[in-house]
Amino acid sequence: MAELLLELFCEEIPAGLQERAAGDLQRLVGEGLAEAGLAPTDAAAFATPRRLMLGLTGLPERSADVSEERKGPRLGAPDKAIEGFLRAAGLKSLDQAEIVADPKKGDFYLARIERQGRQTSDVIAEVVPEVIRRFPWPKSMRWGSGRLRWVRPMHGILCLLDGEIVAFEVEGIESGNTTLGHRFMAPEPIEITGLQDYLAKLKAAHVVLDPHARRQIIIEHARRAASEADLELVEDDGLLNENAGLVEWPVVLMGAFDEAYLDVPAEVLITSMKAHQKCFSLRDPKTSKLVNRFILVSNLIAEDGGSAIIAGNERVIRARLADARFFWDQDLKSSLESRLPRLNDLIFHAKLGSVHDKSHAVARLAMDLSEVVPGANKSKCEQAALLSKADLVSEMVGEFPDLQGVMGGYYARNDGLDEAVGQAIAQHYAPQGPSDAVPNQATAIVAALGDKLYSLVGFFGIDERPTGSRDPYALRRAALGIIRIVLENDLRIGLAHWFTRTAEVYRDIGEDVVSENWTDAYDVNAELLAFFADRLKVYLRDRGARHDLIDAVFSLGNQDDLLLVVKRVEALGAFLESDDGVNLLAGVKRAQNILRIEEKKDKRAYDGALETKLLKDKEEKALAKAIGESKETLTKALEREDFAGAMAVLAKLRLPVDAFFDHVTVNADDAKLRENRLKLLAQIRSATLSVADFSKIEG
Amino acid sequence: MLQHYWADFGCVILQPYDMEVGAGTFHPATTLRALGPRPWKAAYVQPSRRPSDGRYGDNPNRLQHYYQFQVALKPSPSDIQQLYLDSLSAIGIDAKNHDVRFVEDDWESPTLGALGLGWEVWCDGMEVSQFTYFQQVGGFDCDPVTGELTYGLERLAMYVQGVDNVYDLNFNGGEGEEKVAYGDVFRQAEQEYSRFNFEHANTDMLLRHFADAEDECKALLEAGDEGERHVMVLPAYDQCIKASHIFNLLDARGVISVTERQAYILRVRDLAKACCGAWLKTAGGGHG
Repeated sequence: MAELLLELFCEEIPAGLQERAAGDLQRLVGEGLAEAGLAPTDAAAFATPRRLMLGLTGLPERSADVSEERKGPRLGAPDKAIEGFLRAAGLKSLDQAEIVADPKKGDFYLARIERQGRQTSDVIAEVVPEVIRRFPWPKSMRWGSGRLRWVRPMHGILCLLDGEIVAFEVEGIESGNTTLGHRFMAPEPIEITGLQDYLAKLKAAHVVLDPHARRQIIIEHARRAASEADLELVEDDGLLNENAGLVEWPVVLMGAFDEAYLDVPAEVLITSMKAHQKCFSLRDPKTSKLVNRFILVSNLIAEDGGSAIIAGNERVIRARLADARFFWDQDLKSSLESRLPRLNDLIFHAKLGSVHDKSHAVARLAMDLSEVVPGANKSKCEQAALLSKADLVSEMVGEFPDLQGVMGGYYARNDGLDEAVGQAIAQHYAPQGPSDAVPNQATAIVAALGDKLYSLVGFFGIDERPTGSRDPYALRRAALGIIRIVLENDLRIGLAHWFTRTAEVYRDIGEDVVSENWTDAYDVNAELLAFFADRLKVYLRDRGARHDLIDAVFSLGNQDDLLLVVKRVEALGAFLESDDGVNLLAGVKRAQNILRIEEKKDKRAYDGALETKLLKDKEEKALAKAIGESKETLTKALEREDFAGAMAVLAKLRLPVDAFFDHVTVNADDAKLRENRLKLLAQIRSATLSVADFSKIEG
Repeated sequence: MLQHYWADFGCVILQPYDMEVGAGTFHPATTLRALGPRPWKAAYVQPSRRPSDGRYGDNPNRLQHYYQFQVALKPSPSDIQQLYLDSLSAIGIDAKNHDVRFVEDDWESPTLGALGLGWEVWCDGMEVSQFTYFQQVGGFDCDPVTGELTYGLERLAMYVQGVDNVYDLNFNGGEGEEKVAYGDVFRQAEQEYSRFNFEHANTDMLLRHFADAEDECKALLEAGDEGERHVMVLPAYDQCIKASHIFNLLDARGVISVTERQAYILRVRDLAKACCGAWLKTAGGGHG
């Protein structure tokens, strides 16, 4: 068993590309070896800013010999067929082929191809250069006068199989047995004899090879440094990953800035330190307020203990915060309302008008929505929606786009607007993902719903719906946002009505703004409902609901009230947990199966009233009676939206249905009797169809 | 110091280009020399103007006028990173106590139709240089590749002098009464130009000048085109630089809307591309 060590050493790889590159290296080399019949028992790949490393253990020393037989044409077959056979089998002439006797179909040629196994090192020397040349970097470059493309200039290839150099060359770079350690702390070449030696020597040369280990070191040291100062780290996974991709030897240090900057909103300080300096913020664990300290991650054990590094970073942070405060002070000079005209310059979408148009339209929509959201005040909702985009033309959002919304909230407060309006502006993009908090105050709910409805209807209207993994306008997120806002706030909203209303609002903007490419509103409604059904399914499934129950409810049609759909699904789920539910489901399915077959055979539906006088057996009489009795109570329960009650009514049908199937023959010889019984089955079907389409339920 | 270091390395030491430019890259010694097969090594200081970076002299770090030290090496040497690090130590930045890092920063100049891959170099969190491997200039592939190093001189000086505010930099080495600070020389200019850039530049006139520069550039390119050869690239390129700076001023004045902005960038880029194309038909561009 052999062990492969491969390291591709280059200039600093962007942090965001390292992890995927390590994975690609492992996959591509693995595939290349597998093609030659070589598989390792264990594989691991790592990346640092300056290297991609792959270790494979348990590789065979050589690939196995392969013996293959290839059947050829019959003796005396046309020349063309013979030539084709020789070429495919790699034979020079027919003398090299065997002749196999076949008395029935005639004797034929047979080629025996023996492929000798190859030395693993030969295979590696072939595979690795190919992998390097075709490496799938999202962006690659040339350098010097060379032809090779890599993410940044490549300097060395370390390739050892059981300690021996696997010799090859890629565009002038020869493989060898040396590497370099940390750029500043171990700049001399290091000779490597194998995998274990490599790991040990790199560590000694101040390189933490495993990105996971680097993350661990950073987070642990940062938390410790924070707690030693009686502070708490503002954790941020993205920032942690990025820092781990910027250093080979993380050293965590703490710096401070002037307390005066704490007047600027915390979000701004955090974003500024993170976006530009990749520093973590710190807060007081008691008050949760930001403090004037930060954590930085350096790549050096400095001789002076880091004091120069801290001083340097403090200087930069100070300048950054001075900049942020400049934007903040500038922005506070103009009211949100005064910024509205500039939204004319921001295109929402070429076919859907400007952000200015959108603001006014959503404001209209918000006034209407305020009537269905309990506790919403019409004029506050209008104001919030109208001003919600005004911060897009502020200095701060220009600098930090991530702060859109949040800044609007601050500016609204600065303008002396109602707190609810400020909050609504701050939250109108929410929720931005499955784990993001959902607005729960009336004005914010209205602003958030309006914003999303407007985007969804607009983009579906101009046929810009998500396809596959493409969702450039984040419409799935918008739909999920509406779903979460509605469900988590127990809102009763008929989506279809609001789609139509939104489309009307678009029309009111005017023909010159909204392009004539707008699809017919009814189509949009149907497609949007289907889109929401899909999103709701994903949402409920993530919460453990059975997808077949969701289908069973949506299959009823016209299910545009999300809250009711969920209640139905819940009631149905509970019912099917019970004995009555399971048995009734079996009975209903049996009824449906029989109906399906017979209706197909007879080419007719068996809907319609029963002939009471044709009810013969006592079980069918009992069932007809039970169904008849259930109708009214079922309708009433459904009117009350009491789905559990409706299920209880259905549960009463279980015994009569069971008894019916046990004792009555549906396909009676007497045609009239048969017809009547089939109609009775149809009544079972229609009774249950008022609750859910049982045919969609599994089991 | 940097000049000596790079002169010793064999660079041609040039003087700043005598026009308003947004960055040292605009100097023909970089933009145009990056194209064509001829090797090239040059270093120079370039005053750079970025009208929207004006802060009325209030920001300790941001200026609308500052100095870049620019190095262009074609083809990029394989030890260019080490050469760069050695240049830092030559000016007193000691890598034992300072955290020097190469942080991804792909460079793109929409107005020059140029792009490259590289980094911003951080020293203790401060961006002290841009480090770029040119891949394309004026829409043409760079082959061989030029390595471009751009040092922010004020920032480096702040480092070396241990000063927090750019305006406190000692600008003549004198002490006490004798000392002349950066602020003594430039603060008034920063204040005045910020007013000019943001509030008072005559936009109607600038719009006219933009059109004039554009027309002149095109006219010169046409007049100098002799088919196989081109004989008037440099004057045409000057007009392209001029148009670019006027656009930056208009942008700072806030009179260019988002949609118009893109159109202006494209107009400058068209000029830059045409100049680069013409350059390839000159001796400097490797023709004949």
